[in-house]
Amino acid sequence: MTTAAARRTPLFEQHQELGAKIVPFAGWEMPVQYEGIREEHSAVRRHVGMFDVSHMGEVEVEGPGALAFLQRVLSNDVAKVAIGGAQYSCLCQEDGGVLDDLFAYRLGGDRYLIVTNAANHESDLAWLGRQSREFDVIVRDVADRYAMLAVQGPHARAVLGSALGIELPPRFHVAHAQVGRRPALVCGTGYTGEDGVELLIDPEVAAPIWAELLDAGVVPCGLGARDTLRLEVCFPLHGNELSPERNPIEAGLGWCCKEETGFVGSEAIARARAEGAAETLVAFEIADKGIAREGNPVLHDGAEVGVVTSGTFSPSLELGAGMAYVSAELAEIGTEIEIDVRGKRRPARIASKPLYAKRS
Amino acid sequence: MAPASSEGTYPDDLRYHEEHDWARIEGDQATLGITWYAQDSLGEVVFFDPPEVGATVQKDSSYAEVESVKAVSDVIAPLSGEIVEVNDALQDNPEKVNEDPYGDGWLVKVRLTSPEEAETLLGVQEYRKMLDR
Repeated sequence: MTTAAARRTPLFEQHQELGAKIVPFAGWEMPVQYEGIREEHSAVRRHVGMFDVSHMGEVEVEGPGALAFLQRVLSNDVAKVAIGGAQYSCLCQEDGGVLDDLFAYRLGGDRYLIVTNAANHESDLAWLGRQSREFDVIVRDVADRYAMLAVQGPHARAVLGSALGIELPPRFHVAHAQVGRRPALVCGTGYTGEDGVELLIDPEVAAPIWAELLDAGVVPCGLGARDTLRLEVCFPLHGNELSPERNPIEAGLGWCCKEETGFVGSEAIARARAEGAAETLVAFEIADKGIAREGNPVLHDGAEVGVVTSGTFSPSLELGAGMAYVSAELAEIGTEIEIDVRGKRRPARIASKPLYAKRS
Repeated sequence: MAPASSEGTYPDDLRYHEEHDWARIEGDQATLGITWYAQDSLGEVVFFDPPEVGATVQKDSSYAEVESVKAVSDVIAPLSGEIVEVNDALQDNPEKVNEDPYGDGWLVKVRLTSPEEAETLLGVQEYRKMLDR
């Protein structure tokens, strides 16, 4: 890791002009909120919001061996992804520990793009570079080629269609498009539990596109709302729910692990799946008052049985909620637990995932 | 950049503590709360965890917690005393701390045990100067 000055996205000045509160995040100076987390959160749940997620990394994988290579490093069955498709995977080490979680987009026959978490981008690149040696493939860091905007919410498609005049791909697909008269990728993915897209655009046109979407009524949202939105729908965050010390089975991500593909870590994960995990990731709700936070111990009958990985005030549920690892035998929905919140024991219960489900 | 203190409001009749707390002293009692700057830094308050009536608070020590969506913050006592009342209305409407930090958003009332401590607190001009540094 370098200790260079924090990096800024192409939209940093726009965030400042909007009066955003800026915080350091994974080596970047990022907006955590503009008007307020609750307002931004509810804009995404009810209307449409946009997030500058240009800190996320992009890696291009290209060559005759691209599929074989990705099948080796990613946990999901990459062969199932058609051109224009998108797929979620874990990047695992030999013991099954999760190095990162990411989306892979198939851009062409032998060409894929993966989007990494900002904090892991450099280490992912190094890992992918090492793993790629025995494959006929080129692994390219293309993070500087893209600004990334997540436009999310029930009105996202309508607003984007009319403001930018682009065709939007269905969920879990990616399309080539022109945005700001430059080539762009439009991805039918997101991290909020709402419909929407993630735009990978030329950094040069990030500011005018941002301005255009603002004019169209899209609400700027910071990392604060991004976190409450993802937590309500129980999407894991690497560094909190996911880490090299946890395997995907414990994290409830067995569904994106296809051990028969022989990926790095598949043997350990097959064992974990067969034996069952000692601890498992659950969602919880505080019964009355209080907000549990990351690192708070989880208690059952007075004994410590787990730890909170993410805790927040849920703007949609209007109570303290989050996710925690607990002993597998206690993971049943409805189990009464206590969470030690800075010395106060707060009654809580294990809740079904997602914590927030859209009423249709 | 405009000075930091120009953004918020800071009433003249209050005494201020460096940790962004205020005290309204009336005889041997004081009402305590957090300043405009403190609530703005914290963001929307979603939970106030009050002390119990009868508890003693020590100047410069934490006596309660206020929480925003993202963060928890200790509330520092500007003066020593015994809690005689807590603002129960904040249980259902914690956002009053943001909307009206010196009025409906007050946190507790204390009976002062060392009223002379008030002399160590900042006046409004001193507090504003501190914010602008």
